[in-house]
Amino acid sequence: MERRIRVIVAKPGLDGHDRGAKVIARALRDAGMEVIYTGLRQTPEQIVQAAIQEDADVVALSILSGAHNHLFPRVVELLREKGAGDILVFGGGVIPEEDIPYLKSKGIAEIFGPGTPTTTTVDFIKTHLKRE
Amino acid sequence: MIDTLASRCLDGDTRAVARLISLLEDGDRKAFGTLAALKGRSGMAHVIGITGPPGSGKSTLTDKLIGDFRLRGLRVGVIAVDPSSPFSGGAILGDRLRMQGHATDPGVFIRSLASRGRLGGLSKATAFAVRALEAAGYDIVIIETVGVGQSEVDIVKVADTVVLVSVPGLGDDIQVIKAGIMEIGDIFVVNKSDRDGADRVVREIRAMLETQAMLQRGRSVDAGPDTLAARNAELLHHGQTGPIPETAPPGDGFQLAPVLKTVAETGEGVPELCKVILAGFESAKTSGALESRRRTSIKSQLKDLVAWHVMDYFADRDGDGHLDVLTERVLARELDIYTAARELFSALLKGEKR
Amino acid sequence: MNESDRLGKAVQDWDAKVEKSNAKFPERKARFVTGSNVTVNRLYTPLDIESQDHLEKVGLPGEFPYTRGVQSTMFRGRFWTMRQYAGFASAEESNARYKFLLAQGQTGLSVAFDLPTQIGYDSDHPLAAGEVGKVGVAIDSLADMEILFDGIPLDKVSTSMTINAPASVLLAMYIAVAEKQGVSADKLNGTIQNDILKEYVARGTYIYPPTPSMRLITDIFAFCAKEVQNWNTISISGYHIREAGSTAIQEVAFTLADGIAYVDAAIKAGLDVDEFAPRLSFFFNAHNDLFEEVAKFRAARRVWAHIMKDRFGAKNPKSWMLRFHTQTGGSTLTAQQPENNVVRVTIQALAAVLGGTQSLHTNSKDEALALPTEASVRIALRTQQILANESGVAETPDPLAGSYYVESLTNSIEEGVLAYIRRIDDLGGAVKAIEQGYIQQEIQDSAYAWQMDVEKNERIVVGLNKFQVKEDPPKGLLRVDPAVGEKQVEKIGALRAKRDGAATKAALEALKAAAMGTDNLMPPILAAVKTYATLGEICDVLRGVFGEYRPSVMF
Repeated sequence: MERRIRVIVAKPGLDGHDRGAKVIARALRDAGMEVIYTGLRQTPEQIVQAAIQEDADVVALSILSGAHNHLFPRVVELLREKGAGDILVFGGGVIPEEDIPYLKSKGIAEIFGPGTPTTTTVDFIKTHLKRE
Repeated sequence: MIDTLASRCLDGDTRAVARLISLLEDGDRKAFGTLAALKGRSGMAHVIGITGPPGSGKSTLTDKLIGDFRLRGLRVGVIAVDPSSPFSGGAILGDRLRMQGHATDPGVFIRSLASRGRLGGLSKATAFAVRALEAAGYDIVIIETVGVGQSEVDIVKVADTVVLVSVPGLGDDIQVIKAGIMEIGDIFVVNKSDRDGADRVVREIRAMLETQAMLQRGRSVDAGPDTLAARNAELLHHGQTGPIPETAPPGDGFQLAPVLKTVAETGEGVPELCKVILAGFESAKTSGALESRRRTSIKSQLKDLVAWHVMDYFADRDGDGHLDVLTERVLARELDIYTAARELFSALLKGEKR
Repeated sequence: MNESDRLGKAVQDWDAKVEKSNAKFPERKARFVTGSNVTVNRLYTPLDIESQDHLEKVGLPGEFPYTRGVQSTMFRGRFWTMRQYAGFASAEESNARYKFLLAQGQTGLSVAFDLPTQIGYDSDHPLAAGEVGKVGVAIDSLADMEILFDGIPLDKVSTSMTINAPASVLLAMYIAVAEKQGVSADKLNGTIQNDILKEYVARGTYIYPPTPSMRLITDIFAFCAKEVQNWNTISISGYHIREAGSTAIQEVAFTLADGIAYVDAAIKAGLDVDEFAPRLSFFFNAHNDLFEEVAKFRAARRVWAHIMKDRFGAKNPKSWMLRFHTQTGGSTLTAQQPENNVVRVTIQALAAVLGGTQSLHTNSKDEALALPTEASVRIALRTQQILANESGVAETPDPLAGSYYVESLTNSIEEGVLAYIRRIDDLGGAVKAIEQGYIQQEIQDSAYAWQMDVEKNERIVVGLNKFQVKEDPPKGLLRVDPAVGEKQVEKIGALRAKRDGAATKAALEALKAAAMGTDNLMPPILAAVKTYATLGEICDVLRGVFGEYRPSVMF
């Protein structure tokens, strides 16, 4: 049996800075994962539908515009509504540390700030997969 | 969970369909068992293969086609195949990005698949995924894949209609001419046709189709004898395993495959393409050509699956020890390799254990 | 033996000695490179630059090819403009920040708009949820613009607006506000970024596809050449390309290639090159490798001067001059030990000054994490003021000229840039290169290589992969009040109720007709803006006619 970890990499909202998202996508690919890159300007609804259809194990959200407190929890909420609460959700970008407790309380597993090595993210996924 | 997967899939439950496709992709044998529960819906969808070189705009074209099918009330499933990295085994699946506009339409299901090691070809998971989508009630299933060698031929085995996409100005305008490619296309599309050279590509494709048609009917063409004979032989050979050409009406009017121009980005030409695809399917149904084609296709897939079972046997159990023993004997020159292979195969058939 | 030969021999001997010594005590690295992977030699001497004609290659400040600067006296005449990018939340709060900065000695305004505004959406659009006022000020209509510049005399300040896809609309609003102040358009000074090509490639706030976008841009060129003569109609940008991960050479190459595309488009639209070229301006980044950055600016000026003179046949010397604004590199700032960022910004600002920039924005130390507070933005401004007044580097133009290293680097960068421009020409120009994903792929590859170098510790980032400390998260970061979004939505509602709906409707209809034809779009946009049509309403009319851009993504 050949199981591959499937990851959605998405940029919710209007932020167009995709350098980080693309670097992460490549790093995850190089670590043997299958990455579905959904591109810019995604609504939470679009991200969640993609995650379900792609049978994703992970949803990775990247945002640098400050709109994370609104958009990230919405993604988790929708996933749960659709019975996909077992998908691991985490985020990265420009997110002040003081917002992290709130985001975690809303179901975001982790926030990877600027400068996080890609290996940290890869290891996190491997050790925190909620689905078997 | 697997037991309910089949019934939930038949109910159209998106999560179940997605899960089932993954299990089939992963090679989970229990999942293969569910296919039995889905056989009632087998063949109910119109399977369309869209293939072409990278940069030809297939995903954008697919995105627009989805829109047209939806206007007709048809439910559409899409399988977008991208290559896995040969180094890491991972993949970046980026086709979905161009179709995300349909992400929240409940009548559309988009799934990205990585080729997973099958050298440039379609994974067998693709065929299984088609069955899963069919079972869930999708009327149209589109398989979108990069045309690279093996996968082009593979797509014929799975699709009822094959759309070959090319673009003007990709350097070598006649990328379409690789061994056997012309035969697999039911419909030819020249995308990005607002660019220079589009009409020329259309003319070239039409000329090749005409030549191919004439050769298949055994008429000679003004060309050197050696090349003609060689080409003739090759084309006739491929004609045996490729799609059945549409039956020619009496008299001279041989039907050539349609060649259409589109500009997928703006949607120009896509409604016409949609009509041609659907009309072609209808006519193949009534003429019996569809059934012939599916018959050929099933035979071909059966052969492939048997071959896969054999390789699987070796993967799991290394031939139950026979493989090692025979290898040593060949190394020691006790046995030649061909005889060894035949012995191995006999052992496999008998299910002998060592 | 002449002097050159003697030097050559001496260098050879020196080299041999160093080789021997390196065998026992190796240098720190096997290969030394600049921030952009250009090899840095063991030694630079006059021999590295002796074959070049000094006047031809280096020249004099204020003279072709402007390697040493676009003005003869450079900062001896006037310091660069200290222009700090600012804007957030509501027009009222931004107005207060502008007044603060002007009082602290800032000499020009630079407006940051929020993402919905940059993408032509009103604050009540569904996609605007959570984004209103976050990365800049929310401007939904002329009413907001009036508040933004309330009490700020537009004939006395120069304003740079970082706005691209809807630049025409914001410029129209600025002109309308000035009119109300009694200031005629020909007295206005400022810049609009208006560079759509880099949006497709590095920044992501595009709306329309390339062809209609180019039309909007050339319409602005034509309109301003007649009505707003002191306005810089475009700021052709490399900053974002560099932030997206490109090398210094790519930053210049892709920017100048975009510039070529704009000049081509304007000429095709019937403009004479000398009519609009003097008003083209550029926007570059400043990263940490001091000498590479200085060389980069010098090379950019030289290459562009030749492009304008030789390729486009411009006759007016002003058309040959590459004038630019610089911002220090945001992506170089670390969230770890943010005080260190003050040092980084100083090096970067120094590079920009030594490189002859016309205006400069210095980042604040807390910007890896949030928009800057008043206190940290003041330090950023003081950095420039100390450089100007205490360091002496502004006392003579292009002080690094003649350095064997800097001149060699300038030449290497020039070669690299020309090679890329040739390649892009082969692909059919910048627009085609973008359609094919070539530029995006190059940038991505550089970004990935950089990240891998950092993770392998081949590139050191202090505080990040070396000299780390355990630290508490910073306190007192700027937060945008989430109520801003709600307030803006209320404002729009009130605006729509108050305005003359019929006049707005008529103006939007007229705009649609003009968009479908070939008339210059600035007059109908200006007319619509004055009826208090919202930004979203105006941009939606154009969306209806032009369609929306669909990106190509490569990996």
